Amino acid sequence: MSEVAVLAGGWAPEREVSLRSGHRIVSALRSRGFDAFLLDPAERPLVETLSTARVSACYVALHGKDGEDGTVQRVLDLLDVPYTGSPPFSCQVTFDKVLAKEALEAAGVATPAWATVQAAALRDLAGGPILEHVARHVGLPAVVKPSRAGSAMGLSFVEREADLPNAVMGALSYSEAAVVERRVVGREVAAGMIGSPDEPLPLVEIVPKSGVFDYASRYTAGATEYFAPARLPPEVVRACQEEAARAFRTLGLRDVSRADLMIDREGRPWVVDVNVSPGMTDTSLLPMAARAAGIEFPELCERVLRLALDRAVRH
Amino acid sequence: MAELSVDPYVDLYARRTSGMSASEVRALFSVAARPDVVSFAGGMPYVQALPSDHLQEVVAAVLRERADVALQYGGGQGARTLRERLAMLMAEEATPADPEDIVVTTGAQQALDLLGKVLIDPGDEIAVEAPAYVGALSAFSAYEPRFVQIELDEQGMIVEQLEEALLRGSRPKFVYTVPNFHNPAGVTMSRERREQLVALCREARIPIVEDNPYGLLRFEGQGEPTLRSLDPENVVYLGTVSKVFAPGVRVGWAVAEPGLLQRLVLAKEAGDLCGSNLTMLITERYLEGDRWRRVLEDLVGTYRRRRDAMLAALEQHFPSDASWTRPAGGFYVWATVPSYVDTQALLAAAVERRVAYVPGTAFYPDGRGRDRMRLAYCYPAEERTQEGIRRLGELLADEEELFRSMSR
Repeated sequence: MSEVAVLAGGWAPEREVSLRSGHRIVSALRSRGFDAFLLDPAERPLVETLSTARVSACYVALHGKDGEDGTVQRVLDLLDVPYTGSPPFSCQVTFDKVLAKEALEAAGVATPAWATVQAAALRDLAGGPILEHVARHVGLPAVVKPSRAGSAMGLSFVEREADLPNAVMGALSYSEAAVVERRVVGREVAAGMIGSPDEPLPLVEIVPKSGVFDYASRYTAGATEYFAPARLPPEVVRACQEEAARAFRTLGLRDVSRADLMIDREGRPWVVDVNVSPGMTDTSLLPMAARAAGIEFPELCERVLRLALDRAVRH
Repeated sequence: MAELSVDPYVDLYARRTSGMSASEVRALFSVAARPDVVSFAGGMPYVQALPSDHLQEVVAAVLRERADVALQYGGGQGARTLRERLAMLMAEEATPADPEDIVVTTGAQQALDLLGKVLIDPGDEIAVEAPAYVGALSAFSAYEPRFVQIELDEQGMIVEQLEEALLRGSRPKFVYTVPNFHNPAGVTMSRERREQLVALCREARIPIVEDNPYGLLRFEGQGEPTLRSLDPENVVYLGTVSKVFAPGVRVGWAVAEPGLLQRLVLAKEAGDLCGSNLTMLITERYLEGDRWRRVLEDLVGTYRRRRDAMLAALEQHFPSDASWTRPAGGFYVWATVPSYVDTQALLAAAVERRVAYVPGTAFYPDGRGRDRMRLAYCYPAEERTQEGIRRLGELLADEEELFRSMSR
């Protein structure tokens, strides 16, 4: 029987999260009869391993750079190994919040007002005065995030204009550009999809005990309360799912992805982030959404994997 | 509508676990393990320097001659013969100890936990240096104390600040200090401060916990007397073989007066029955004879060269408005960078450039220290240190440029 390589680990800052996802996926796939093994590109050479093992498909559970920005997908395309998740260009655009927000806005998807601050612009062109424009353009309070990073790393909330420079510098530690986004106050939900954008999963409502869904709230069990399905009126749920589906379609995503949305006081959903390789850890949102739809974790993994295997057959 | 419980025990956890949470910094450290990263993060002893043939002989001899003891349970206090060796090790720093007053622990870290368990009630004050050893803060935090933070300078803990705190009505259960080659600050408490501290605490009847893992790693100059040697009755002493032998054997110890010692032993027995006889016997055997002294001498020479390499590299590559301590021993340099730098946020960029350190915030209970970083020079070889500090200096220069462009 041929094998399934679960790609996880890597050298991105999300390494640990990815390994947690990857080990769970390996056990899940094994429990469903697949000969799955974990392949950490940081520990074993990817190309050599995939060339020698009889691998029928890769499950991409890498998070962060390399895993979510199209890099590994392009390598797998070259090797002609089918893999789960979205094609390279979609990954590249989605992972880069600057490009993703531009694409979403152009397609009419609701995403909060934002401004991009590139390190190069600060250094070579505009300098500090640009930040006043940023504050005016976006409005406060704002969320500052690195353009290319996951798991809320490097993210901070800014209430006062005086705190903007520090927040921007913090985000620029992770990435060459920072996105300063108007902070939508309201409920936070995650909308997942398996298969295609037309097959939405139930929404998961996120209530972090600390008030902010940062790294610690995400990965400390018990630090956040989740409700699935979300405690929302059906029309709001529908609006969120439609907005998420529009985002997935716009970005050309397939197999599996997750959009994070904020619902403002008027009940209007705003897409704040889209992930091509959603976390699959024990505290991750997509598996919760699937469970609320009656899909347990092993079945979830198998369904996603089969999408890749089917593509290989058609190929 | 179901509230999803990710963790079925979430409502059951004790309040004291509330401070334990996942952190971005810890996540970044796992990336810092990649081989091309020059890591100044972990204070890892250079165990490669231990003579392999000798170690094999030590372990083989223990199994050949004392397997029945090595593989069996032992007493909670640790074997008397090992305690005699440990007392001998303390004599190297002219610190008297009766083997009867020693309890062997799983690294000195366990002794910190036991002290917390035996001495701290929730809400009790304990006095610590600011900055303080992060492992001690974690160990004590589980017992929910309030930390009274006493600043330190080049001469170690500023004892006047402790005095002022006492005058303001502070009543700490104990004062925790690392007087020699402080972790993270790298400084050593001066003779005068030692005498001041011992006198003040004796007068106020507040015991001192003296944690001395690095005392035998002195590169130059004369050692100051240990606090325990200045006042054996009021000082609980913590030692470890992690730096003079190897951290992997997990052998540390505490020396305390009989009453406290008894409670520590009982608490240890309640926690883990006894330490590992196997590694205790290996340690005892390793410390027999004189070979360990020669190995340690070499090791100290290696650490001294590494310290020199780091100080030279800092001089060459760090911005002129940064400052750092110049340790006379131990493992750490403590650097202060310009205040616009947030060393916690900067760690991601540092790892991206293949260099790592510990952000200063880890060493304060109250989130201070954003403009500090701990640089451990003990592990990377000199050329790697030179390269790592160069990378870090470059990063700081870029931060400065970015900051200047923002304030333009």
